[in-house]
Amino acid sequence: MLAKRIIPCLDVRDGKVVKGVNFQGIKEVGDPVECAAEYDKQGADEIVFYDITASHEGRGVILDVVRETAKRVFVPLTVGGGIRTADDIRRILRAGADKVSVNSQAVQNPQLIKDGADIFGSQCICVGIDAKAIGPDKWTVYINGGRIDMKLDLIEWVKQIEQLGAGEICLNSIDTDGVRGGFDLKMLKAVVDSVNIPVIASGGAGKLGDFAEAFLKTDCSAALAASLFHFRELTVGQVKDDCRSKGIIVR
Amino acid sequence: MIAIIDYGAGNIFSVKNALDHLGVDSRLTADAEVLKSADGLILPGVGAFPSAARKLSQSGLTDVIKEQAKRKPFLGICLGMQLLFEKSYEFELCEGLGLVKGFVDRIPEDDLIIPHMGWNKLEYTRSCPLFEGLGDNEYVYFVHSYKAFCPDDVLYAYSEYGSRVPAVVGDGKHVFGCQFHPEKSGQTGLKILNNFVKMCWEVR
Repeated sequence: MLAKRIIPCLDVRDGKVVKGVNFQGIKEVGDPVECAAEYDKQGADEIVFYDITASHEGRGVILDVVRETAKRVFVPLTVGGGIRTADDIRRILRAGADKVSVNSQAVQNPQLIKDGADIFGSQCICVGIDAKAIGPDKWTVYINGGRIDMKLDLIEWVKQIEQLGAGEICLNSIDTDGVRGGFDLKMLKAVVDSVNIPVIASGGAGKLGDFAEAFLKTDCSAALAASLFHFRELTVGQVKDDCRSKGIIVR
Repeated sequence: MIAIIDYGAGNIFSVKNALDHLGVDSRLTADAEVLKSADGLILPGVGAFPSAARKLSQSGLTDVIKEQAKRKPFLGICLGMQLLFEKSYEFELCEGLGLVKGFVDRIPEDDLIIPHMGWNKLEYTRSCPLFEGLGDNEYVYFVHSYKAFCPDDVLYAYSEYGSRVPAVVGDGKHVFGCQFHPEKSGQTGLKILNNFVKMCWEVR
């Protein structure tokens, strides 16, 4: 049986983890390479770097971070943030990432998903989505970090993403992100039931049981969180123990 | 020295990183002479079978690979494992290296999420030097949409995903293949790679 994945996300700006974490035994606070190594030790199934800088100037920094992390961490590594072209994807993969996560640019230019999947394989193209409810069973897709409503129906978009060859969807709910009351299960379920590719739940995890709840109430493949793990309120190991105790298969 | 065959298809750097981490001398190469002098060979690969098979044949290394696979330990990883089989039906009928009995086709179950992506448990069917030091509850990282269909006598381990997905295969001699990515499978994967390296030193 395929294990459910627990994925910590690190927000990286100018080569540092934003909101620096003080992991025990790490000399340089906020060093993404050390943070990734710590998450690996805790049993993270994958690690995501989200490049906050994501500007042309900042791009080189994340490539260095990926390169150094890939030398030390032997679980899959995903990089997201500001990816615009197939060349951007190529550079990130060559630095040692296993997948990229495209978001805003994919909404504005869906061909990016198809080009990425055709050239590098579906397995390395994850499409990140920020969505918000506009009715009881209706959501629209936002871009630029949840700032611009594209008036694009979420369910139509996820079906299109699958058609274009994406290997995975990372679904973030603007309504629950930062609220810490649990994942947006209704939206998550609607998306999982609409596609046949893996869906990662993102946004809203605030306590231990939220992860297991997402796995028990929807068929999502993975759950992602940033600040909970950043601030050491929970370790990946604790989340996995909780899932295991509820009969969920985890590594 | 372990040669990682660089024929232009995929995850060669992560395999190299893992071997570096293990302190093993390795080289990324497309040079037949280097393959001949290596203690063992690794064939990596991601992407689609036909384009990888084409790249491999264009590299002019097919004959050397087949010849060397009789003499020294050989490990195919992911698509590199699939290339070991006789043929594949991914997009079109396409010939593989024919080092291991069987063929490659789409994971058949309609109701499954495809790709088979993530960590799955190894179920051993026979002992294998690659499994030395592994426990009963080992998970490894898979990413693939096509799988091997092979006779029991080439299967060493499988994972359950709708049906049995061959995870470790071999010809009973020097040739082995992993459908999963040992270089991305944490400590379990590093142990498997290290066991492969040990086999290479023994044959030397």
